[in-house]
Amino acid sequence: MANQDTTRRETLSMTGLRSVSRRDVLKGMAVVAGAAAVPTILAACSSGATTAPASVAPPASVVPPASVAPASAAGVTGTVTVGSNHSDASEVKGMTAINAAFIAANPGVTVTMNPVDHNTFQNQIGAYLQGTPEDDFTWFSGYRMRFFASKGLTTAIDDVWAKVSSNFTGAFATAVTADDGKVYGIPVDYYPWAVFYRKSVFSDKGYTIPATWADFKTLCTKMQTDGLIPITFGDKDGWPAMGTFDILDLRLNGYDFHTQLLTGKQKWTDAKVTTVFQKWAEIMPFHDKTYAGLTWEKACDTLIQKKSGMFMFGLFLTGEFSSTGTPADLADLDFFPFPAMGTQYDAENALDAPIDIWMVSAKSPTLQADLDAAKAYMEFWSKGSTQLLMFQNQPGFIPTANDADSSSYDPLTKKAVQIVSQAKKITQFLDRDSRPDFAGANGMQAFLQKFLANPTQDTTALQAEIQAYWEALPPATV
Amino acid sequence: MPDPQAIGLAPASVSTGAGAIASGPRKRKHRYSILTRRDKVVLFLMVGIPTALTIIFIWLPTLASILLSFTNYQGIGGITAANIVGLKNYQFLATGYVLFWPAVAHNLMWLLFFVFIASPIGIFFAVLLDREIRGSRFYQNIFYFPVVLSLAVVGFIWELQYAPDGFIDSALGLTSQNNAIDWLGNPSLNIWAVLVAASWRHVGYIMVLYLAGLKSVDPTLREAAAIDGASEFQSFVRVIFPVMAPINIVIVVVTVIESLRAFDLAFIINQGTNGLELLSTLITNNSISEASLIGFGSSIAVVLLVISLVPIVLYLSRVMGSASE
Repeated sequence: MANQDTTRRETLSMTGLRSVSRRDVLKGMAVVAGAAAVPTILAACSSGATTAPASVAPPASVVPPASVAPASAAGVTGTVTVGSNHSDASEVKGMTAINAAFIAANPGVTVTMNPVDHNTFQNQIGAYLQGTPEDDFTWFSGYRMRFFASKGLTTAIDDVWAKVSSNFTGAFATAVTADDGKVYGIPVDYYPWAVFYRKSVFSDKGYTIPATWADFKTLCTKMQTDGLIPITFGDKDGWPAMGTFDILDLRLNGYDFHTQLLTGKQKWTDAKVTTVFQKWAEIMPFHDKTYAGLTWEKACDTLIQKKSGMFMFGLFLTGEFSSTGTPADLADLDFFPFPAMGTQYDAENALDAPIDIWMVSAKSPTLQADLDAAKAYMEFWSKGSTQLLMFQNQPGFIPTANDADSSSYDPLTKKAVQIVSQAKKITQFLDRDSRPDFAGANGMQAFLQKFLANPTQDTTALQAEIQAYWEALPPATV
Repeated sequence: MPDPQAIGLAPASVSTGAGAIASGPRKRKHRYSILTRRDKVVLFLMVGIPTALTIIFIWLPTLASILLSFTNYQGIGGITAANIVGLKNYQFLATGYVLFWPAVAHNLMWLLFFVFIASPIGIFFAVLLDREIRGSRFYQNIFYFPVVLSLAVVGFIWELQYAPDGFIDSALGLTSQNNAIDWLGNPSLNIWAVLVAASWRHVGYIMVLYLAGLKSVDPTLREAAAIDGASEFQSFVRVIFPVMAPINIVIVVVTVIESLRAFDLAFIINQGTNGLELLSTLITNNSISEASLIGFGSSIAVVLLVISLVPIVLYLSRVMGSASE
């Protein structure tokens, strides 16, 4: 972890050319990032990216191009090291553009990025934060942020938040505040989970958007007779099934029960959980039969190929749609919120909309020296203009900042913003709202796979096993 | 049993007699040694360095795992008295953790499959190739080829074969959604699918080992057997196989080791979940992942250690037993 291997890092270095105070730069950032400077920076980056196509190949780590044109302005100086879990090609491009823009705004600052494969980063986060982490790093809000904050492995950034909080809604403020009342992260993007479909398939076959559970099942049956896989699904990686569990539990038992269940305040043996499994069993026959061996990307492919009708998933599946090389595919993509289940909780319009954040580590060996630059980097990420640089490369990540220019959003993103703003309750995702040890591959993921292998089983024993697993875990600290 | 003095390493400094030992710590008495100071330094380094390495890299981590298995340590901060949970991890493993017994069963299946199917096939191939059939080299290379590939590549190759739209289902004509066999996804099938993939590699390994052994068998033994009227089968079972005893032991040891350390294929395919649980993947998923249940993972590691000790002890007692005869 956090090795000093420079081949894995991208070093962007710049020396100051003109002396301007940092405030001036920050004030002028919208102009700098939004106007003339950006095309040149982006051009520099994208040309670098095309000359290094191999950077995408190794899954373990991605080596982005290190080429940035000098710019003239001044701000903080020093170095900020950045640990990034953005390993997809499009996200690496976004990161490169953002780092370049940060340097353009702060000549004299050096950004050293350590991009790590997304899953690897996640699996090693505990060791990473205790070892020699970078100053700033990508992470998730919710329990996962609070967990490491409570262990003293991250640095509170209330001073930065005080400057930027007006740029975020209250929901985001809650999402980055830990149990000690301090703010530990800057929310930078989010993406809702919903039921995705292709508009052309629905219009060709005359399908309508199902509003209720009965409509939903009728639609599934209809799709089946039309030779489609009604619901595509890929649970090889274990976590995608959690999305379905979350939405069913939210619709059937409400936000309060769901969040209490995930934090141990309700029991898994509760009859309410049984209901979730029963309802899930009703639609399992409509899922792709080979889900257990499929990754979500493979499952998404059947939606792209019009072999399947619907996909309960996160907005970031747009990455698969935009990688087809046919822009019409992405334009054809649409979604609807999960249907109402006929309970009092339908009105909550609750959904999973995980928020990604940036945090400042605590044990970075260079943090004391770099603190100003590290905090400036966080502040930089709180701007809509910064977040848009990522959004332009990965349209599945919706910016969180109020001042993000939404005029460039495509209709799909606008709709996503809308359903999230209409939701009275927002959850993060099962593995972000619960203990990481509970939600892991040999924990909840395995239990859900056990359920899915035989959905019509009597789940009493399974629920008891889940509860026993929860109770066997070391005492929670959060 | 081996002579205690022979294993005691005492001869490093041979004393002049029992008197020197009996008189104990009296340092005045001059000791004579057939070893020079230089010899002693060399001996000390030759014995000391490997011993130190063994202690540091094998014994201490093993001991640490055993100690950690009595805690609920999660890898953050120090271990305090509050972390000590006694036998709770083991208790939960045996009675509460649904993935534990399937993992033990899968490891045993792996072992039995290798011992009774993969290794005999490898031996069979070796015997066939030893008969100088035409193209023997060519077949050797083909069967040995999978051994050269990294398991990551083996996993990838077989994933393509087993995919619902992959080679096997297509060859069987099972491509539609309803009748495609989900080789790697079906939790009651996938362990067998993985065993076939693992055997594909293991057979070549055993074949090469055994073939090397067969080449060194004195051909006059076969001739003698043939003259005595033994059939091909009889001469293998009655003459060659017993002569090959040392190689046979190597084969058994290799097979057992390969089965107990089975990890890569299952982990590459789906992280060792959904029917592919093995003790090794449980250890990894519980202790090295974000879950970071280091104490619990260690208790599974100790179980695997205890299981591994059985063949190790049997092997060592056999080797040492024959050495002392």
